[in-house]
Amino acid sequence: MENLAALARIELTEGEKKDLLSDMDSILGYVKQIENMKVENTESEYKVYNVWREDTVEVREFSKELITGQFSEAQDRFLKVKKIL
Amino acid sequence: MKNLTIEKAHAALQKGEYTCRELSEAYLAVIKEKNKELNAYLEVYDDVLDQAKVADEKFKSGNATTLTGIPFAIKDNILFKGHIASAGSKILENYTASYDAFVIRKLKAVGAVILGRTNMDEFALGGSTENSAYGVTKNPHDTQRVSGGTSGGSAAGVASNLALGALGSDTGGSVRQPSAFCGVVGLKPTYGKVSRSGLMASTSSFDVIGPIAKTVEDAEIIFDAINGQDVLDSTSIPENLELRKYNLKPKIIGVPYDLINQEGIDPKVKDNFEKVVKNLENLGYEIKNIKLINCIALYYIINFAEVSTNLARFDGLRYGMHKDGKNLLEDYLLSKGLGFGKETRRRILLGTYVLSAGYYDAYYGKAQKARVALKKDFVKIFSEVDLILTPTSPIPPWKIGEKSDPLSVYLADLFTVIANIVGVPAISIPSGFIEEKGVKLPLGIQFMASHGREDLLFEIGKKFEEIAPKALSKPYLGL
Repeated sequence: MENLAALARIELTEGEKKDLLSDMDSILGYVKQIENMKVENTESEYKVYNVWREDTVEVREFSKELITGQFSEAQDRFLKVKKIL
Repeated sequence: MKNLTIEKAHAALQKGEYTCRELSEAYLAVIKEKNKELNAYLEVYDDVLDQAKVADEKFKSGNATTLTGIPFAIKDNILFKGHIASAGSKILENYTASYDAFVIRKLKAVGAVILGRTNMDEFALGGSTENSAYGVTKNPHDTQRVSGGTSGGSAAGVASNLALGALGSDTGGSVRQPSAFCGVVGLKPTYGKVSRSGLMASTSSFDVIGPIAKTVEDAEIIFDAINGQDVLDSTSIPENLELRKYNLKPKIIGVPYDLINQEGIDPKVKDNFEKVVKNLENLGYEIKNIKLINCIALYYIINFAEVSTNLARFDGLRYGMHKDGKNLLEDYLLSKGLGFGKETRRRILLGTYVLSAGYYDAYYGKAQKARVALKKDFVKIFSEVDLILTPTSPIPPWKIGEKSDPLSVYLADLFTVIANIVGVPAISIPSGFIEEKGVKLPLGIQFMASHGREDLLFEIGKKFEEIAPKALSKPYLGL
């Protein structure tokens, strides 16, 4: 549970960890029945492809002010975050 | 107001019996009276009368269409520029949309009046609106019970005349199940038929926006107005796509009896369903027993995986709730830990688990294969039947707080998730009432059709509505 929470970048209290763990046991126990589904001769259809459009300028009605105005911290119209390295 | 439909309101507006402004004011008055108790709307916008003015001008200049001036409610996960959209979450409590969703652009273009945003399970994860950070939406038929979810606010709103039409989003039944619980009509269109641009992503490969309305005809009018291809959604379907328009009148209805007779289906739901089947037989439809598998495990594995991926974007930095920590990682941990509700965190963790190395093949990989196999099954089924019929929900609306175990809520999606997995359209239509401890609760039935065949759903839906008042008590609310 701690490993998953760290991977998902979510802080959990000790109480929450206990609660979530018992729910997850029963949920994962249930969805495990996927093992019994028959899928012979079926390949999964991962079709990763690009959807292109012509490289021309088109009008998009975004509000720049509404976007930048919601940054948690800003400097000179840029989003400011704590140092990464 | 309780007998008002979109066509009727349009005719009255056209004749000048009342103005768009007066119609909106009438709805605002009902909202003021009832919303406090029901909690259907999270916010009523302050520009409603400005929108109504635009609509009235359309009538004056002769540019009005059927939806001009019609009062709408929209689910809280649909972006309306300059207005808050919070997806029922604390993490987006103050998030203001910077652009219009495709469906909002469509509604604005015809001059519909958007009254406000409606309550939902946080990020469309749940089945009762009990997972909203802003409290549950009560069922207007019995305020001790849930309105269903995740589009519970939209369904309860239409059922109790807080809006004449509404938009919801359907990932695994989120338009259809609350519609059934509240006694209204809910349509989940074919995947890709309505653009997802401006809809907050829950499970991207299942999500679709759909109408909630009082009648099948109203749902059809709204669907006609909001569907279409969009360059901003690469999965939206080209409008000129050749659909198999053979057999315009559906005749054979498939019923998956194995699924309906399994454990956990309320006997009263089964009873109501049997009456529906008899009525359809009397109308001349042929009923055919078909085989469908229980898809809940398959659905939820894909749901967990996509939800955990989609919700990773909420970092507390660019928008939404920000909690300051000692360093960047702590900012993330605190913002996500405090901003997301319990069910959302649970699904993010479950998604992280099913996608992690070592479990990926057994869960997500297998589920994707099973999804392909199910799609193939459906091609075969729809070569033998025109429509598939099931109850919308295996159980009637439950009491608020009654279901504390999350798995028991997942199991209530038995009939609805199938259409999202394969991408076919489905509609929930009121099928009468059952009595629970002296209170009348509405039930719904669901029809599914093959891809792109919403027309078959509207056709049978209207036929079914005609016989419904005779055979079953008509469930529209006398509120």
